[in-house]
Amino acid sequence: MKTNSLFSLVMPLALIPALVLTNPVVNKKTVTHTKTATAPAGLTLPTGFEATVIADNLGQARHLAITPQNDIYVKLNHFKTGKGILFLHQNGDKSTVANSFGNYGGTGMYIKDGYLYASSDEDVYRYKLNAKSEVINPDAPEKIISGLLNRREHESKSIVLDNDGNIYVNVGAYSNSCQVKDRQKGSMGRPGCPILDSAGGIWQFKADKLDQHYGDGVHYAKGIRNTVGLDWNQQNNQLFIMQHGRDQLHDLFPDLYTVQQSAVEPAECLYALKKGDDAGWPYIYYDQERHEKILAPEYGGDSKKTAGEGTIDPAVAFPGHLAPNGLLFYTGNQFPERYKNGAFIAFHGSWNRAPEPQAGYFVVFQPFKDGKPDGKWEVFADGFAGTQAQKESGRAEHRPCGLAQGPDGALYVSDDSKGTIYKITYKK
Amino acid sequence: MSTKRTAIFLSLIIMLFSLGSYAQTKHKSSTHISLATSIANGKNIYIQNCASCHQTDGGGAGNMNPPLIKTTYVLGNKTTLIKIILNGFSDNVEINGQTYQNTMASHDFLKDQEIADVLTYVRNSFTNKASAVTASQVKTVRANNKPAK
Repeated sequence: MKTNSLFSLVMPLALIPALVLTNPVVNKKTVTHTKTATAPAGLTLPTGFEATVIADNLGQARHLAITPQNDIYVKLNHFKTGKGILFLHQNGDKSTVANSFGNYGGTGMYIKDGYLYASSDEDVYRYKLNAKSEVINPDAPEKIISGLLNRREHESKSIVLDNDGNIYVNVGAYSNSCQVKDRQKGSMGRPGCPILDSAGGIWQFKADKLDQHYGDGVHYAKGIRNTVGLDWNQQNNQLFIMQHGRDQLHDLFPDLYTVQQSAVEPAECLYALKKGDDAGWPYIYYDQERHEKILAPEYGGDSKKTAGEGTIDPAVAFPGHLAPNGLLFYTGNQFPERYKNGAFIAFHGSWNRAPEPQAGYFVVFQPFKDGKPDGKWEVFADGFAGTQAQKESGRAEHRPCGLAQGPDGALYVSDDSKGTIYKITYKK
Repeated sequence: MSTKRTAIFLSLIIMLFSLGSYAQTKHKSSTHISLATSIANGKNIYIQNCASCHQTDGGGAGNMNPPLIKTTYVLGNKTTLIKIILNGFSDNVEINGQTYQNTMASHDFLKDQEIADVLTYVRNSFTNKASAVTASQVKTVRANNKPAK
């Protein structure tokens, strides 16, 4: 990084604290756990936790990764000006953009073994890091995967690595429920859903091999409608993903589902995946209240008929349409013991509950014990949306998207609506 | 002028006058009532068929479903707008600097009057203000509509 280019990037960011202070979230119920010297984050957290806004107005901040030196890489989506990856340097409770690079929008951002991995909606790149975890050659990444399907719907590609040199990428289905006519009222499912050949699943590739295409990868798991949040569980040495469940049960089959049913069903599922697993989309969905796999109406279901023999069950089933965009297994030592190895999930917030009130826009904690979910999930961080009215109308101020863990065990949450980065710490 | 002729002349004048005022009243009130009725009926159709994606406030859902507030699609050419309802919409378009991913399905199962009502509602809600869409306009567009392939 050259000093002059660094300065031109840093200067506009000197205004950020002022912008944050002029736009506090107004909510009487909100408890702010921030130091007096910092901008109020406006989040509600369990006792002992504090949230700090360490960056704001970055753009559509999707996933993020923290370096061992406590610096932050943020992947931006649909950016108009500038670059698609930001490198933020932390200084106390603030951060400044020290560098930016990458001429593509996207979602995936992950650091593993001296490389920064990033995805566009079609390709995956990696950048070698130096000893200070700075990208050595920001203009010349290695393109490791190319040509993944992007047909607009469910286009984002999230990424995570295991400990054996493999990278996992989701390819979302370009469809809601594989109907002959997508989202058409009453349209039935395409027989032997052809989408599943090249989308609606997780693909595994080599992390260090250049220019891989579908044929070079392993079709690791199928029958997954769309995934944005995924993480590698270090305790189980296993991939976990959060599926975005199908939309519009009532709109498409009004005789079988009420508006109210359609607002909360089907479940948003956390799956523990093994190679070859099938989660059953589009033929089935999971009903979180009956704890059963239900035959999709497009494939002859009547809202009650169960199906899905040979497909996996979720590890945890959450209420419908909350849009899980970030998943993180907490391995740090800063938070109290009960959080260790448990799952944090960032719910982006619903849209498909209308005309019923929208929900989500929070970070949830799911306790785990010995690699299995243990007890009920709880809302960990709330208040991103602003007021209750803003939440219920879906006109949220901030929308949680990515999660990352710092070397000191702090939890980071990105917001892809206003481009805010929150840092959550435990102060005892 | 004979009495007879005067009587005919006068009655003609009265007839014309009353016809004219009748037509005027009818015209005025029918437009008024039908616009209000059309908007009210259109709101029901909107809630049942459109709100789950475009939302009750017409604001859409970021990156997925476009807003219906002051966009050229909503306020502009009625034929284009009617065709979106009849054929659905899956073009990759930018609306006020944003792109939207989700497919809109065809809603050709709605009757001409229902399409007219829902579009009139949309064109007169969410701070929009534009002329009504009529059932006969929908009928004409539907008759000339070549399904997109």
